[in-house]
Amino acid sequence: MTDMDIRLTVNGRLQHAKAGVMRTLLTVLREDFGLTGTKDGCSSGDCGACVVVMNGQVVNSCMVLAAQADGSQVTTVEGLASNGELHPLQRAFGGTWAFQCGFCTPGMLVSCHALLSSNDNPSREEVLTAIAGNFCRCTGYQGVVNAVQQAAAELRSANAEAVLQHD
Amino acid sequence: MKNFTYYRPTSVDQALALLDTRWGTAELLAGGTDLHDLQKEYVAQPSRVVSLGGVNGLGGIAANDREVRIGAGVKLAEIAAHAAIRKHFPGLASAAGDVGGPQIRNMGTLGGNLCQRNRCWYFRDEHTNCLLKGGQRCFALEGENRYHAAFAQGHRCVIVNPSTLAPVLIALDATVEVQGPRGRNNVELAKFFRAPTGPTERETILAPNEMVTSVTIPVRGLANASYEVRQKQSYDWPLVQAAVSFTRQDGKVNAVKIVLGHVAPTPQVAEARGIAGRAVTEDTAAAAGRAAAEGAKPLSQTGYKIRLIEVAVKRALLIAAGQKRYWEA
Repeated sequence: MTDMDIRLTVNGRLQHAKAGVMRTLLTVLREDFGLTGTKDGCSSGDCGACVVVMNGQVVNSCMVLAAQADGSQVTTVEGLASNGELHPLQRAFGGTWAFQCGFCTPGMLVSCHALLSSNDNPSREEVLTAIAGNFCRCTGYQGVVNAVQQAAAELRSANAEAVLQHD
Repeated sequence: MKNFTYYRPTSVDQALALLDTRWGTAELLAGGTDLHDLQKEYVAQPSRVVSLGGVNGLGGIAANDREVRIGAGVKLAEIAAHAAIRKHFPGLASAAGDVGGPQIRNMGTLGGNLCQRNRCWYFRDEHTNCLLKGGQRCFALEGENRYHAAFAQGHRCVIVNPSTLAPVLIALDATVEVQGPRGRNNVELAKFFRAPTGPTERETILAPNEMVTSVTIPVRGLANASYEVRQKQSYDWPLVQAAVSFTRQDGKVNAVKIVLGHVAPTPQVAEARGIAGRAVTEDTAAAAGRAAAEGAKPLSQTGYKIRLIEVAVKRALLIAAGQKRYWEA
């Protein structure tokens, strides 16, 4: 096969693309689906600007062929907000100045969002491990740690409130 | 990237049938973290890419009280998190958890880690025709070689083997299952690697039409550990890695194995001296570290690795013995 029909579920929506075998998941997301939040940084799997969640795992979309991703469930940074409302993590990034130039931010957000989905109270070390593959050349990472911990606290108290209302 | 045809076999036999008897025309694709990089740099230009993603029988970790078998397609993140591996082989879990960042560990596989190409910048530069690409010389021998071999003696190409799982697996007496046109074969991992000297050889003994299907590690209750010295703590290749294993009785250790990574074209089995029959202490571990570094013949820029070997071996022994990691803040 040199040209393939690719089916992906992106942010909950089934999408189709015709992709030459050399194309990456990253280029299909950006060029075919218009999801330009995911960035192309190094193109070699080093920087993490292109991180998306594929089948529940964070991956560098520049290092995954579209063909390899065929049939996958993909979440990009555009999938974090819902009904026009930013996710608490996105608001916390703004509130704690977790970015300056913003180029690494989509990848950072996806990595941190994936961390929060399995850990509702991450330590500083756990945040740093989760973003070990996301390079930022502006902020020094402390703002990102603060943002994740702030968002985690907000999500925990929202959860506690939801439980109380349910009772 | 040069154009290629993409194949999605569903069995090992189908995958093997798509390979060639010479290197370079067909490549196996597991996670792709190394292959795609080589393709983007035009260092790998296969006309066939054989995806292993849909091949049955390459996944899964099967553990019993005699051995642990890990399929070649198992992701590094799964190895790092697996309960039986963390219990019996903490050195392997830590080595797998130290590879790359989370995204790399979610794609990279056991088989890919063992069979990845070396990291030499001359080899990975499209326009540099080094010894491994059919050229006449190894440019690292007299060029920029700070990430190259410290045991360089006798080698015409002075790469370091890039696998961080290999040293631990060798220290644990693992065997690798290889499949090819002549069937199935189990090879001691200690005999799986070789120092390549030209374009018809790679970093392993695999023939171009063979593949790794699994690795099996015997469960023998060995204490074990892996320690890496890196420039960046977050995400980096090791400068030096030491993997160790030993038996323990009455506070004394025996059958000590020390395997060094990232210091020679193959994982380097070092002589274990100064520690057998004794307790692991700061002094005995340091003595074993000094002995492990003996005989190194560094290149112009790798002399620093000798001191790192001494420290890495000492710390790996202390970790395996369950002692406090005083070097961690």
